[in-house]
Order: sequence, then C-alpha cells, then structure tokens
Amino acid sequence: MLQVKARKSLLVWGTVLLLLLSLVLAGCSSPVPGKGDNGNAEGDDQKELGGAKSGAVMIQIKGSDSEVNLVQKLAEEFMAENQQVQIAVTGGGSGVGIAAIIDGTIDIANSSRTMKNEEIEKARANGIDPVPVRFAVDGIAVIVNEKNPVGTLSVEEIGAIYRGEIKNWNEVGGENAKINLFGRQSNSGTYVFFMETVLKGDYSPEMRNMGGNADIVEAVKSDVTGIGYVAIGYTKEGDSVRPGIKVLDVSAEKGKPGVTPVELANITSGAYPITRPLYQFVAGQPQGAVRDFILFELSEKGEQIVLEQGFYPLSDADREFNKNSLKLN
Amino acid sequence: MVNIKENSIKYIFLLSGLLSIFILLGIFYLLFSNSYPALRDVGIKAFFSRGYWNPTAYSVPQYSILNLIKGTFMVGAGSLLFVVPLGVACAAYLAEVAAPREREIFKPVIEILAGIPSVVLGFFGLVVVAPLLSRIFGLPNGINALNGSILVGIMALPTVISLAEDAISAVPQEYRHASLALGATRWQTLKNVTVPAALSGILAASLLGMGRAIGETITVLMATGNALADPSSFLDSVRTLSANIAIEMGEVPRGSLHFHSLFVVGLVLFLITFIVNLLADIIFNRYREGV
Repeated sequence: MLQVKARKSLLVWGTVLLLLLSLVLAGCSSPVPGKGDNGNAEGDDQKELGGAKSGAVMIQIKGSDSEVNLVQKLAEEFMAENQQVQIAVTGGGSGVGIAAIIDGTIDIANSSRTMKNEEIEKARANGIDPVPVRFAVDGIAVIVNEKNPVGTLSVEEIGAIYRGEIKNWNEVGGENAKINLFGRQSNSGTYVFFMETVLKGDYSPEMRNMGGNADIVEAVKSDVTGIGYVAIGYTKEGDSVRPGIKVLDVSAEKGKPGVTPVELANITSGAYPITRPLYQFVAGQPQGAVRDFILFELSEKGEQIVLEQGFYPLSDADREFNKNSLKLN
Repeated sequence: MVNIKENSIKYIFLLSGLLSIFILLGIFYLLFSNSYPALRDVGIKAFFSRGYWNPTAYSVPQYSILNLIKGTFMVGAGSLLFVVPLGVACAAYLAEVAAPREREIFKPVIEILAGIPSVVLGFFGLVVVAPLLSRIFGLPNGINALNGSILVGIMALPTVISLAEDAISAVPQEYRHASLALGATRWQTLKNVTVPAALSGILAASLLGMGRAIGETITVLMATGNALADPSSFLDSVRTLSANIAIEMGEVPRGSLHFHSLFVVGLVLFLITFIVNLLADIIFNRYREGV
C-alpha cells in the first residue's frame, strides 16, 4: 500500500515533467514575438489619453538615479510656471531610462552616460530618433572612511584598485589592510561612466554592488577599509562633507598634486579629472511642452537650480553640443 | 436538477484546478521560449563553464552562472542550518509542551512574522544584522552570505514551524503512551519517539522552507552585497540567481542577448525550486503513508 501510493505521486509528477518537456520542444520551433512595436504603440496611446483627459499635457521622464532629484526640482519649477503641463519623473538608473525610451514608453530619458550605438539603432528600429541634450555637469567623488590615512590617489591608482590589481591599502600609502570595493549595479550610469573613464577595464568581481549612492556612503561610513564612488552631491550635508567619510583628492597623473571635487571652481575649470556631462535623451526633436521644458532647463533659471542641487553649470563645449543637437540657431 | 448543479460545481472546481496547471505551463513556456535565443547564440556551455556573470563587460562579455548558483545554494542551505533547529524546537514546543494559553499567544505572533514585507527585513539586515556580524566576526563589514542566510531563515521560519508542528501533532497518541508506559520521561519521549516518528514530515517542511529561501529576492539583494566573485566562505559577498535577475532586468533592452540570458537564469532558478519542491512533496507523501 505504502509503495503503491508513493509510486502514484511519482507518476503525477512525472506526467507534469513530461508536459513541461513537450512544451520545451514546442518552444524551440516558435519564434519570439517582437515586443518593440507594441511598446511604442502603447506609449502613444498613453500620451493621447493623458492629453485628452483634462486638456493637460503629460511628460514622462525616467532614468538615472543621480539625476532624478535634480530633474524633479527642475520639473516642479517648470510646472509652477506652466500649469497645463504635468511632468512625472522617476528613477531606476540610466539603463532603465534608455530601455524605456527604446521601447517608446516615455518622452525623455535621464541618463548619466551616452547611448551606445546599438541602443540608438534599436530605438530607430522602433521609429524613435533619440536627441541628446546636456543639461548639467556632475563630478564623481571617490570616498573612503574618515579613519583612512590615504588622502590623495591618481586616476590610474583608482582604476587599478577597482580592477582588482591593487588589493591592499599599503600599496597606495595606507595601512596594511585589504581594500573593500563598493560600487553601483550595472543598471547605473555612474557604474558605466566610472568603468569607461577611470577603469578602462572590467570591475573586480570582488566589488560589492550596491543599490544607490546613499547605500555606498553608508557602507563606506561603517567600513574602515572601504572605498566607494558617488555623485558629489551625495558627499555633502549642507556645505560641509558628511561626517564619517572622507572625499579623496584626485590627481590626473601619479605624482601630480591632487584636486578636491568639493570646491566648485575645480569642477568648472576642469581641474578635477572625474567629471561628466549629464544627459537627457528626447524621443525625436522636442516639440511643444517638451521643447519648452528642455529650453527651461538650459535657461539661466535652470542653471541656478542646477547649482542649488549640488551639480555644475555647462561648459562652452556642452552648449555648442546642445546647439547642434537641438538645431538652435 | 440537483444533479446538474452538482456537476456544474464539480466542473468549476476542476477548471480552477486546471487553471493553475495552465499558469504553471504558461510560465515555463515563457521562460523557455525567451531563453532559447540566448542558449542558441551563446551556447549552453558558456552558462555552465568557469568564469563570471558579466554580460555588460568592458572587454569580453561573460555568461557563467556557476557563482550565482553557488551563492543561491549557500544562502538557501545556510538558512536551513539556522531555521531547522530553531523551527523544529519551536514546533516541538507548540505541539508537545505549550499549554493551550501559550499556544494562543505564540501562534498568531509567528504568523505575523510571515507577514513582514521582505524589503523591511532587507533594511533590517543592512542596518542591524550587518554591523552585528562585523563586530562578532571582526570583519570590516557584515554584508555577506551569512547575513542573507539569517534573514531568509527568519522569512522561512513560519513555514517550517507550522508544517513541522503539523507533522509532530500527527504522530499517533499510542506512540507517546507506549513510550511513557515504558518509563520514559516526557523529554525522552519527545527526543526518541515523537520527533523521529515525524522526521520525514520535518524534512519535507525544511525543504519547503528552503524552496522559499531560494526564490527570495529583495531581502537577499539588500543584504548580501551582490559581488560576482566566487565566494570562498559564508563571510564573503554573494549574488543569488533571483537577485541577479532583479538587478539587471530593468535595464536591458527587450530582445537583446543580455535580456534572453537573464531568462536562462530564470529558467535555472525555476528548475532548482521545482526540484526542491518535488523532493519535499515525495518525502511528504512517504511520511503520510508511513504514519
């Protein structure tokens, strides 16, 4: 009796497995349906619906976590002046924003990195031509615990530390202790920017992948042997550096004097080596309210907000870039 | 008339039963059809050979999921080491020792434990358990596999306790009476008769708890640090299969190779939990007949 029932349950499970296997075989022959076109159509529907509802225009913005607070603030100021426009800003990481603009579900993608060629091609295949705009400059600060004696590192040394080639603090003038790496997750624009401009190689697999800038600050605060990288805004509390962490001076080459990112002048003059323009990608040449919003961001008032939020104004080269991109002449 | 009503109700129940089978099959079909392009383009070997998971690498993309599987099992098995002794002791207490009044208090409290949102538990891991672990083990930080195991153990605790308690309660009274009649104390009876008699039920409960632990995502994501390296101990950071999907699924363009390889990760995760639950079910059926 005992064995008969046990067999019966095996039989039931066996049947389920067989069914699953037959589906596997079916799966082999059927093509995966393309989703891009659908996504695009849905996006358009949403926009029209939002527009038709109350006569208001709805702008959907999504992407970079480093940018989300800044763009939220810009959007609030813009909405105060333009009551008929509704702007929704959400985060998730640059990769999330770019994936959304490729799928056609948003109007503007916030991204702290440029779009890759294959991403632009994917968007074009979906009938969307992304137009890049630079609207602020960000510096990335490298932070350590306040008890760490190391005060200056070169870009090359930081790269070697994150590639896993330098493993001990005593190799860069610190104490004899293993370096604990803290970095972002691959959906972050900061992760990609840091990899491409500082590492020029792959991250050490030992690096802990944290969810956001604030998580890295918390981790480095409690880890004496830790090192992390975050947007400069996150290292400050008011006008001074957050207690518990130390912002490293960074030199462009080993032996040269280090430059601190905490001083505004060092960023705007280009002396601090790890800076990047912050991007927005618009789905097609901006029209109507979207265009008004972009121009507002680039106006003097917009620049003022950028400064207040702990980011930096555009350089002349960035302005030239926008002129070409938005065909402003 | 009554017959028609009886029959229609019967069919409604049959349909709801069938629905859950169809949902299962649908999910499996979706997982496989979406992972097939990656298996075809990268090859199944790339997923199971030594290396790292890094599809967005600076130089050469890598797709090995071995370290992810290891991390998943470390967190799952680690949670068992924590949850089985605690869960069984708690179940034995509830089933054999506790007075009815005590049970009335303990049971709802345990059920509340099951209702804690996983993100809250993850935060608890980050700000409470991690500093505690770093102090106990003298580490620079406590964001590691052990932290994940403990948290997931807490999550699996209610499942294990209630199933193990059922198993212990189901042991026939005659066993206990016989043992006591032979002069054994209550502790000896519990230790040598009741718990061993319920062992397969307890084992099944533990496996179901582990199935829960393996699939758990957000708590683990917050507590384990998600490093891609091959972990050498429980004090190293690990990344689990489910955390990997959660981290990367938001960023990938649909239809890309990276997208499809994440479905391969999902497929492997599905098969692992499927096998663990299957084992639990087989053991559970054995035990039901055994008693």
